[in-house]
Amino acid sequence: MRPVTASQTIGPFWHLLADPALADLTRFTAAGPRIALTGRVVDGDGAVISDACVEIWQATPLASPAFPGWGRCATAADGSFRFVTLAPSPTAACLAVAVLARGLVKPLWTRVYLGDPGADPLLDAVPAARRATLIATEVEPAEWRWEVRLQGDGETVFLVF
Amino acid sequence: MTKAETDPELAYLPFPAGSQPPYAVARYGSTGKRAPHQPLIAAVPTIERSGPALSADQLPADADLSQVAGRAALGERIIVAGRVTDEADRPVPHAMIEVWQANASGRYHHERDTHDAPIDPNFRGAGRVFTDAGGNYRFVSIKPGAYPWRNHTTAWRPNHIHFSLFGASWGARLVTQMYFPGDPLLAIDPIYHSVPDPDARARLVAAFDLELTQPEWALGYRFDIVLRGLHATPFEVP
Repeated sequence: MRPVTASQTIGPFWHLLADPALADLTRFTAAGPRIALTGRVVDGDGAVISDACVEIWQATPLASPAFPGWGRCATAADGSFRFVTLAPSPTAACLAVAVLARGLVKPLWTRVYLGDPGADPLLDAVPAARRATLIATEVEPAEWRWEVRLQGDGETVFLVF
Repeated sequence: MTKAETDPELAYLPFPAGSQPPYAVARYGSTGKRAPHQPLIAAVPTIERSGPALSADQLPADADLSQVAGRAALGERIIVAGRVTDEADRPVPHAMIEVWQANASGRYHHERDTHDAPIDPNFRGAGRVFTDAGGNYRFVSIKPGAYPWRNHTTAWRPNHIHFSLFGASWGARLVTQMYFPGDPLLAIDPIYHSVPDPDARARLVAAFDLELTQPEWALGYRFDIVLRGLHATPFEVP
């Protein structure tokens, strides 16, 4: 077997790949109920991170030429990101998330659940006090909010596969 | 969904010890407030077993970074090519590869890059290619320059090209850097040395390749990449 190539940081200048359009997964002809996911990325001091790359992948609705299923958003000066996408299937209402940035030599892998699904194999494996870090809040209809804390108080649960 | 995405017997293999960097890297200052402190949670991949099928229809390919509108960038023209496979040496076809880099003077075409080196109007420094059915890719660029950074006194990054890859599943996503052989800065670079295993580090260094080299035009470098795949898990022996 060949070992997987080593990861290295995306660095501070990855914006040469950035395109605001990539944060709107409905930009083609996708039809269906839409949601927005907004949030902030903060570091161990609670300072906002303005050079992060946040990426999402959703398995439902199935990706197609009309719906890429994948999105990328550069965090703004206030650390914020915002995605617009189709609502995932209610039976598995979660998105896979990768956070990449200067100072991260490999992606931080996590998931965001759109509301508490109750019993869930991953959430049930997370210490109860940390479970809420993976669950977004619906602040307005179809408008979800979720904060990513890389370190310290309220640190987001990160995953290894 | 393909069979690989839904067959529960298939899983990611663990990374060999030392082949990937830890999050906290003492000599790389920016990891200090960004590396998680809590233990990672081992997750059984579910939605991560599928992944985006990105294509040039949605994200146009650009395999020539060495010019803008036919005007040649300054610097040493290079051809970079290689093969993308999984751990079992199976090719990864139609993988999207994004690349970005500094210009020949060591300056990024980026508003936050304040290094006192000239911008080259004929070099933007980003490209996108897709592997063919055999997992092969190729692009043309110029050799990036070294540049200083503020990590420590006399910190300079070795010449490098950033790579971002999407494989067959979300868990295969890889972002890395390709280095150049013979670079004296490799010996002192904290980011390169974030990978504990010297062999794994050495695999980030491209090979100068005379066969890829195009006479009277450009030098060739080969950089092969291995992504995570979903594999049959071996039976546990009690």
